[in-house]
Amino acid sequence: MTALTRILSTTAFKLAVIYLASFTALSVFLFLFISKNTDDLMNRQVVQTIDAEIQGLAEQYAQNGINGLIVGVERRVRSPNANLYLIVDYAGNVITGNISYLPEKVLGESDGSIQFVSYTPMGIRSEDVDSRSAMVRIFELPGNFKFLVGRDLQDQLHLKSLLGDALSLWLAGMVVLAGITWFFVNRRILKRIDNLSMSSRQIMEGDLAGRLDVTGNNDEFDRLATNLNIMLDRIEGLMHGLKEVSDNIAHDLKTPLTRMRGRVEAALRHDMSQEEAQACLEETLVETDELINTFNALLRIARVEAGSTGVDLGPVDLKAIVSDVCELYEPVAEDEGITLSMDLEEAAEVAGDRELLAQATVNLIENAIKYGRPKNAETAPNIRVALKQVHDEIILSVEDNGSGIPEEDRERVCNRFVRLDSARHAPGSGLGLSLIKAVVTLHNGKLRLCSRMSADDSENTKTSGLRAEIVLPISAGIPGEGEGTAKWNKAHKTSTNT
Amino acid sequence: MRILIIEDDREAADYLVKALREAGHNPEHADNGEDGLELARSNQWDVLVVDRMLPRRDGLSVIETLRASGNETPVLILSALSQVDDRVTGLRAGGDDYLSKPYAFSELLARVEVLGRRKATTQVETKLQVGDLVLDRLAHKVTREGKEIVLQPREFRLLEYLMKHAGQVVTRTMLLENVWDYHFDPQTNVIDVHISRLRSKIDKGFEYALLHTIRGAGYSIRDGSH
Repeated sequence: MTALTRILSTTAFKLAVIYLASFTALSVFLFLFISKNTDDLMNRQVVQTIDAEIQGLAEQYAQNGINGLIVGVERRVRSPNANLYLIVDYAGNVITGNISYLPEKVLGESDGSIQFVSYTPMGIRSEDVDSRSAMVRIFELPGNFKFLVGRDLQDQLHLKSLLGDALSLWLAGMVVLAGITWFFVNRRILKRIDNLSMSSRQIMEGDLAGRLDVTGNNDEFDRLATNLNIMLDRIEGLMHGLKEVSDNIAHDLKTPLTRMRGRVEAALRHDMSQEEAQACLEETLVETDELINTFNALLRIARVEAGSTGVDLGPVDLKAIVSDVCELYEPVAEDEGITLSMDLEEAAEVAGDRELLAQATVNLIENAIKYGRPKNAETAPNIRVALKQVHDEIILSVEDNGSGIPEEDRERVCNRFVRLDSARHAPGSGLGLSLIKAVVTLHNGKLRLCSRMSADDSENTKTSGLRAEIVLPISAGIPGEGEGTAKWNKAHKTSTNT
Repeated sequence: MRILIIEDDREAADYLVKALREAGHNPEHADNGEDGLELARSNQWDVLVVDRMLPRRDGLSVIETLRASGNETPVLILSALSQVDDRVTGLRAGGDDYLSKPYAFSELLARVEVLGRRKATTQVETKLQVGDLVLDRLAHKVTREGKEIVLQPREFRLLEYLMKHAGQVVTRTMLLENVWDYHFDPQTNVIDVHISRLRSKIDKGFEYALLHTIRGAGYSIRDGSH
């Protein structure tokens, strides 16, 4: 594609051509309209003038005959800016008037209708020897006289040529304007689109770490770039999630599978009694079930992280959900010797998925029951569940008085299959927190793990224990900028005015 | 019960048919959607067990067609798609219950039997009775041997569900779904603890136990004294 063809195919060029064409058409129409109407108006005025003259002269003719007419004409001819008059006899000789030349055939048509003729005026201005245009009426009078009354169309023609000049000038100006439009649109606007396009390409072909530049003047392009960056965050997140899932499947599911396989194979190799075989099969069944649960949990996390379609974020009453779950787990806690206390305030509805939020709450409470036991065997374990609304956020917190999670591990535990050494003894797949995190992210919320705040000052209360918080916004917002964009912006110190 | 299984996996279907027959039922099998639909329409069944993914016509389409023609036979949907939204889609298509694969046979059996018996009781009973245990739904009272037993609201609902399906096996998942209206998988034995509380109120101190644990399946309330 040559440079010319490329230019011709750009939107900028097409836009410029469209503007030019439409404005030209409109302008021409406008000029023609003005021109025609002015023309008609002036013509009408000329005709009226002529007719008025004829009226006057007709009276003179009626009173004094042809002589009176001649006198009348001669008097009028002498005034400045006079109309045109001509009286000729049967032979064509000029009797009086201010026309020196007239095409022959004109006088032939003497029915009194309006005619447009070219003539030469009687020499007042000697330099104007070119023929001029006039509108005339010609009558035949008794005695074979021909009588002409008319008016010069000089002014009209002048106006017409003025309009014509103006039009040409205007069109020329428009071509220039179109050129500027093309230049402006191409340079500033379409180039920005092209840049966005190319940058996206580069980012996709590269490592997806890059982000589009946001200039900060908050126009449409900035908004486009911002939203594309958010999309890139999502894509990066999805790809990352996918990699994690396959890594996890590779490691953490193959291990129990290998174990199972080994057991079955060993059983086949040995002679077993009926009871031994039965026990072996039962163990295998139990492990199969565990595997299935792990699988299902992984799938659920993956789908929630993908922001799966079909998850219905309708209005849910978080207080009711938390209250249900607490009531469900209260007997379990009691059996374990744990006091489960609730402090649930009335809270606004959130946009959410009831099942997922329930599952997240269950995971929090199960974690507290399983891992939240205080090291000191004499301290009574307790779990406190609280629900509070703070401005436009709802905070669900579950606190225990166990050993808590060390600060350096707090981010890591939310990854799949991570179990702290202190927790390895309890049954579980290590997926609880990662599901909570996925659910919370889907709801545009936050998961916070911190140390329990000790409210009371009884002996031996250092702030130990975990406080796990789920913070949810009341209104379902559009997802904001993700990690990738935040990292990029920080590295490139681009300002974002939002 | 006459049970129609529409499942295209040969082995899974054979296993199901065999197991259901051993449990005392009358199972038949179709291995694709079209044949299944035909069989479902032309015969009387107590329960249909329909897999979602079928050749020639998928499971949900079979169910929708049946429902559109006025067929109200209870349907249990089987599917490897186990997420909540899949469940909702399945139930919206006209299914009565949803079980995700892989499943424990005892779970399927329990659900099939509950579905199959549903037709029998068309009127809402105000009083449920098993042995000498009486639950009055209107007065919200529970008595055994004439003595009143005080139950918390949730315990009452738990007992009510068990007694509504007296004699049938009720699994933990079914209890979680119907008494608490949630569909997640708890890790701890949360349902068991609630059952043992209930048991200590209605069985302890009485002559014989009514609330039984069915190993590997769930629970059942029945008068086994006869």
